[in-house]
Amino acid sequence: MSVEMEGIVRRFAGTTALDGVSLTLKAGEFAALLGPSGSGKTTLLRILAGLDFPDAGRVRIAGVDLAGVPARQRGVGVVFQHYALFRHMTIAENVAFGLRVRPRRQRPSEAEIARRVATLLELVQIPDLAARYPDQVSGGQRQRVALARALAIEPSLLLLDEPFGALDALVRKEVRRWVRGLHDRLGITSVLVTHDQDEAMELADRIAVMDRGRIVQFGTPRALLDDPATAFVAGFIGEANRLRGEVRGGWLQIRDLPVPAVRVAVGDGSAEVFVRPEDLVVEASTGCDGGVEVALVRAERSRTRVVLRCGAAMLDGVSDHPDDQVAPGMRVGVALRRLTVFGAEGLHETVLPTRGTVRFTEGAAT
Amino acid sequence: MSAATRDPAPARIALVLLAAALAVAVFLLPLAAVLAEALRRGWEPAWSAISDPDSLAAIRLTLLVASISVPVNTVGGVAAAWAIAKCDFAGKRLLTTLIELPFSVSPVISGLVYVLLFGAQGYLGPWLRAQGIEIIFALPGLVLATVFVTFPFVARTLIPLMQEQGREEEEAAATLGAGGWQIFRRVTLPNVKWALLAGVLLCNARAMGEFGAVSVVSGHIRGQTNTMPLHVEILYNEYMFVGAFAVAALLALLGVVTLAAKTLLEMLTSRRIGEHV
Repeated sequence: MSVEMEGIVRRFAGTTALDGVSLTLKAGEFAALLGPSGSGKTTLLRILAGLDFPDAGRVRIAGVDLAGVPARQRGVGVVFQHYALFRHMTIAENVAFGLRVRPRRQRPSEAEIARRVATLLELVQIPDLAARYPDQVSGGQRQRVALARALAIEPSLLLLDEPFGALDALVRKEVRRWVRGLHDRLGITSVLVTHDQDEAMELADRIAVMDRGRIVQFGTPRALLDDPATAFVAGFIGEANRLRGEVRGGWLQIRDLPVPAVRVAVGDGSAEVFVRPEDLVVEASTGCDGGVEVALVRAERSRTRVVLRCGAAMLDGVSDHPDDQVAPGMRVGVALRRLTVFGAEGLHETVLPTRGTVRFTEGAAT
Repeated sequence: MSAATRDPAPARIALVLLAAALAVAVFLLPLAAVLAEALRRGWEPAWSAISDPDSLAAIRLTLLVASISVPVNTVGGVAAAWAIAKCDFAGKRLLTTLIELPFSVSPVISGLVYVLLFGAQGYLGPWLRAQGIEIIFALPGLVLATVFVTFPFVARTLIPLMQEQGREEEEAAATLGAGGWQIFRRVTLPNVKWALLAGVLLCNARAMGEFGAVSVVSGHIRGQTNTMPLHVEILYNEYMFVGAFAVAALLALLGVVTLAAKTLLEMLTSRRIGEHV
């Protein structure tokens, strides 16, 4: 079901955890709330679950306003960060809990509950563990129990709070794909809270990037990578080199990096420039001494990753040249294939420098 | 235990011996002495001292006071622990401190406060007397004093455990549709039941053994407001040593049984946890 959040504000003693968050999710969508710790993503999730209430703003699920509706009446399934399984109940009892606490008239018969629990445990692929206690199964299995328990109430919305954080790296990858597969089969609108961008990128249809209580960008993983809306997103999503620059008369001159000035549309003044490593390319063949020194070289299958020393800065880049032409200690030139510049007045632009828009300026190298 | 934290053998043995000697001197010897004194002239005099009407009245009163105070403090202690561990509210620190108050204030003083409040010359005494309600030198006073002194046992046993367990399970239960009472009965209570039982037993041991506060509000009326500890003192002061020690032995025995029950519970609990690991 669709979810709408509108102007949500939540303050805790002295701090503003959510500062006017608006977000609309389509029915059946898998969305991620991605941000560093303290960005407000868990607070937003708790407000969706009804475990916390906003000081201002509105939450609607399938068009129904949820102001004042407590968690137990919302029918929102939550998979908690540490799963929060009931430790004194067996796994079957855990999954059955949401059915057993229903008012008598809506409660299924014990036989029906048993049947549904069996179906759910089948769905999460742990049918043999029904009689075990949570502390008798592995972390990955616990996560499946938590998911089955949340799904038992047939939620209109499924919330996942850092659900993979407690798993080791190998299991995590596998469980991640499995969760996405499950979502595609069941079609429940899902919201994943995470600080791990790989996780968000792999699982979510769209990602809401949060920073200090606000959603700074909401879009597909591709959009976040190719056209970050703010300097924060550019720096937070994917790997990026952060450089300082100066715009004068429509030309961007990057400080500390000996590259030609770039024609940009942002206004004059100081600017922040982000360049992804794959867009910072070593130009060894020019043979020029561009003031850039190769510090480290790491071979990968199709190309070579390099770390470049450039004044005080260390930058990540790539090289397509044979290894003997790019080795530590060599001085090389670089070219930028794509950059995003954030200038004065919050304007930003993603530029693909080409010959036509490049002008060589003197004193570019420091 | 790793090699680094293991003490050298002589030091270890010395420490164990020291602890054992202390335990014998401070706990076991007095307990044995009480029993020995009680049975100095055989079972017959000891039994007749216990079956004396005044002693029986004291035993009955002690059990009655405990059977009122312990349930009151169980409910109150669970409520206080729940509030402190699972809720946020202004004055939480203050409540936490207040719970400790009976431990830090001398029981005699808490008894005196009740006399000051409800006694014949107290603030509320004359009004209560006009209503025909007796608190001081009567059962209500004894229960009040005992409830005050033994309040922390249940709450203090539960709070650390409930805080450590956090609120996530309760929150999970809420998202699954459980109401407040369902959450408490199906999630919170089962998670703390062993600790609760231990707290209740400790509370009970103290309720039966409390002397100071009870002594102030009791008035020592034989057969009416004398509890077992007070009765022991009276008998002792009247040089009726066999009687005093016989009642004392019975009281000590009640305490030992309670303690044994608690230890047994702890063993059962740790075995259950052990099975799951």
